[in-house]
Amino acid sequence: MAALDLHIDDIGKRFGAIDVLRGICLRVAAGEFVTLLGPSGCGKSTLLRIIAGLERADQGHVRAGGRGLDAVAPKDRDLAFVFQSYALYPHLSVHDNIAAPLVMRELSSLERLPVIGALLPGAIQRKRSIQERVRQTSGLLKLDALLERRPSALSGGQRQRVALGRAMVRKPKIFLMDEPLANLDAALRIHTRGEIARLHKEMETTTIFVTHDQAEAAALSDRVAVIFGGELRQVAAPADLYREPVDLDVARFLAQPFLNELAVAAPIGGALMIGGSRIIIRDALGSGLAGTLAFRPEHATLAEKDHPGALPVRVTRIEHAGIDAHVFVDAEAGAQFVARISAERARSLRDGDNLGLTIDAEQAWFFPSNGSRQRGDHSGAA
Amino acid sequence: MILGQSSSSRIVSHAVLVTGAIIMVFPFLWMILASLTPQSEIFDGSLLPTPTLHGAIDNYGTALSAIPLLRFMANGFVVCLAILVLQIAIAIPCGYALAKLSFPGRPILLVGVLLGLLVPVQIPTIPIYIALAKSGLLDSYAALVLPWIISVFAIFLFRQFFVTFPDEVLDAARLDGFSELSIAWRIMLPAAWPAVVSFSIFSIVAHWNDLYWPMVVITNPDMMTASLGIAYFRQAGEGAGNVGALMAGGVLVTAPLVSFFLLMQKHFIRGLVLGRH
Repeated sequence: MAALDLHIDDIGKRFGAIDVLRGICLRVAAGEFVTLLGPSGCGKSTLLRIIAGLERADQGHVRAGGRGLDAVAPKDRDLAFVFQSYALYPHLSVHDNIAAPLVMRELSSLERLPVIGALLPGAIQRKRSIQERVRQTSGLLKLDALLERRPSALSGGQRQRVALGRAMVRKPKIFLMDEPLANLDAALRIHTRGEIARLHKEMETTTIFVTHDQAEAAALSDRVAVIFGGELRQVAAPADLYREPVDLDVARFLAQPFLNELAVAAPIGGALMIGGSRIIIRDALGSGLAGTLAFRPEHATLAEKDHPGALPVRVTRIEHAGIDAHVFVDAEAGAQFVARISAERARSLRDGDNLGLTIDAEQAWFFPSNGSRQRGDHSGAA
Repeated sequence: MILGQSSSSRIVSHAVLVTGAIIMVFPFLWMILASLTPQSEIFDGSLLPTPTLHGAIDNYGTALSAIPLLRFMANGFVVCLAILVLQIAIAIPCGYALAKLSFPGRPILLVGVLLGLLVPVQIPTIPIYIALAKSGLLDSYAALVLPWIISVFAIFLFRQFFVTFPDEVLDAARLDGFSELSIAWRIMLPAAWPAVVSFSIFSIVAHWNDLYWPMVVITNPDMMTASLGIAYFRQAGEGAGNVGALMAGGVLVTAPLVSFFLLMQKHFIRGLVLGRH
C-alpha cells in the first residue's frame, strides 16, 4: 500500500458572514505526519472536514496523489477519519463496527443479507476475508477480547481504539484525525499518543492530525501547521517552530506555558534599550518600528541585582514544577517576567528578593507590531 | 417505602388507584363472564353473570359459526401489518431527511408535517372515498391500507428521535461507504428501535380497533375487519340480539391485542419513557 501525497490549494470557506478559512495552502508529502494546530474555533477541524469531503469549500482545491478530489464523494476519497467523539455505531458490536467499512464497500446489498447472502457465489470467501482483516486489526489494537461488546460497554480508551481500528481496517491512503485524544484522561492520552506514533511508523500512511494541544503536536508530527483565525501562519518541524515562531500569536500559542513579552519603542541602531541596557538580538530590526520583544522563561537568567547589564527585578512568586521552577518577577515600570530556573536554585530564593534579570539575546525574538518577524542574519553576540 | 410518605397517605393513594382500576376493568370482566354464560341467564339480576361450560360452548360456537369471525380477524391482521410495514418504510427515510439532511424547503415541510397532525381523518374522508371509488378500489385491502400509509405522526416521532442522534456517526458512515438510504435503514432504524416499537403498538391498536374507515370503504362481508365484523354481527344474521355470542366475539377480537401488548409491554413503556436512546 502506497501512501499518497496531499495538496491543499488556496482553500477558503465562509459560514455566513464569517471567514472560517482563508487561502489555506499546504503540501503534505506521502507518508508524512502533519498536525493542524490552533486554538478552538480557528478552522482546523473545518479544514479537515473539507479534506474528507464532509464539508464543501467555497474556493480552492484538494488533490491527493495528483487526483483532484473536489468532485469525489467522501467514501471514494480513499481516506479514513477518526472523530473526537469516536462516532462508533451504537447498535453494532466492536467486530461489526470495525467490519462496517469493509462490508459496505466489498459486499453488495444482497450479499449483506443474513441468509440469502450466504448462498450467493463468492460471498462466503469475501466474508471470510473481511473477518480475517478485522481479526488482524483487532489484534494490532489489542481488542480481541472485546469483539462481541457494544460500544456502550467500553471505556473511553477502548472506544478510541475501536475507532482507530475502523479507520485502519481498510488500509486507507490518508488518515484524518480530529482531536482523537481530547476525550481521554491525561495518562491514557500520553499512552495512546505513543500508540498512534507507533502505528504511523508501521503503516506509513499520510496522516493529518488536528489538535489544540501543542505538546501532542510536537510529540507526533513531522511538521506542524499552525492556524489562527482561519489563516495558516506557519508550517514547520516542531523543533523549528519552537525556536523560530513567525509571529507573536504563534509564539504565545506555543509558549509552554508562559511567554515573556515587553512592548518596546522603536529600536535604535540595531539594538533595543531595556531598563537602561542595550540588548542586541538576532532579529532584523526595521528602523523606526515599534513592537514586542518576547523570550521564553528558560531563556531568562536570574543574577545578582548589580550584575552588569541586568534588569533590576523583584521576586513576587515562585511556582515549583518538578525539576524546574518558574520564578515570577516584577521589573520597574510595572513590567512582569517569568524565569525558568532549576528547582535547586529556586530553593534559595524568597518572595521579595531583589535580583537582576538577564536575557539570552540569542534566543529572544522581536515581533514588529505591524507584521511578521524578520529573521536577522547577524549574530546576537556582536 | 418511599421516604417522606406516611403509610396512611399510601393507603389512600392505593385505594384511589384500585377504585379507578376496578371501574376500568369491570366492563372487560363483564364481557368475559357474559361470553361464558348462556343467553337466558346473562340478565338474571345479579351484578356479574355466572359462567357455565354449556354457555361458553354455545356462545363461542355461535360467534365462530354465525359469522366468518376468523376471516374478519385475518383481514384485520393483514391490513394492520400492511399498514404498519408501509408506514415505517415511509416514515423512517422521511424522518431521517427532516432531521439530518439539509435541503431547500425543509422547514416548510416540517411545518406541513405538524399541520398534518392537526387534521382529523374525518375531514378528507369524502375526497379519499371518491378517489378510491374512481380507481375501483372500494371493498379491497388497498382501500383499507393505502389511506394510512403516510403517517405524519410516525414521521414526526422518528424525526424527533433522530434529531438528537450524533452527526459525527453519520459522517463516519458516509466515509465508510453507506448511502443515505442505508444510513436510514442500517443505522437510524436500529437506533430508533424503542420509538418503532411504541409506534407499532399505537398503529396496530388504532387500525385493529378502527371502525370508522372500514365502514366507509367496505360493504362486502368478505373484506370486513374484526371491529366492523362485530358491528355487522350485532345488526345482522343470527347474532342479532344474542348478547352472549356477541361478547364471545368481542373476547376473541380483543385477545390478540391484549396478548400482544402484554408481550411488548416492556419495550412499549421504555420507548414512551425514554423518548431517546
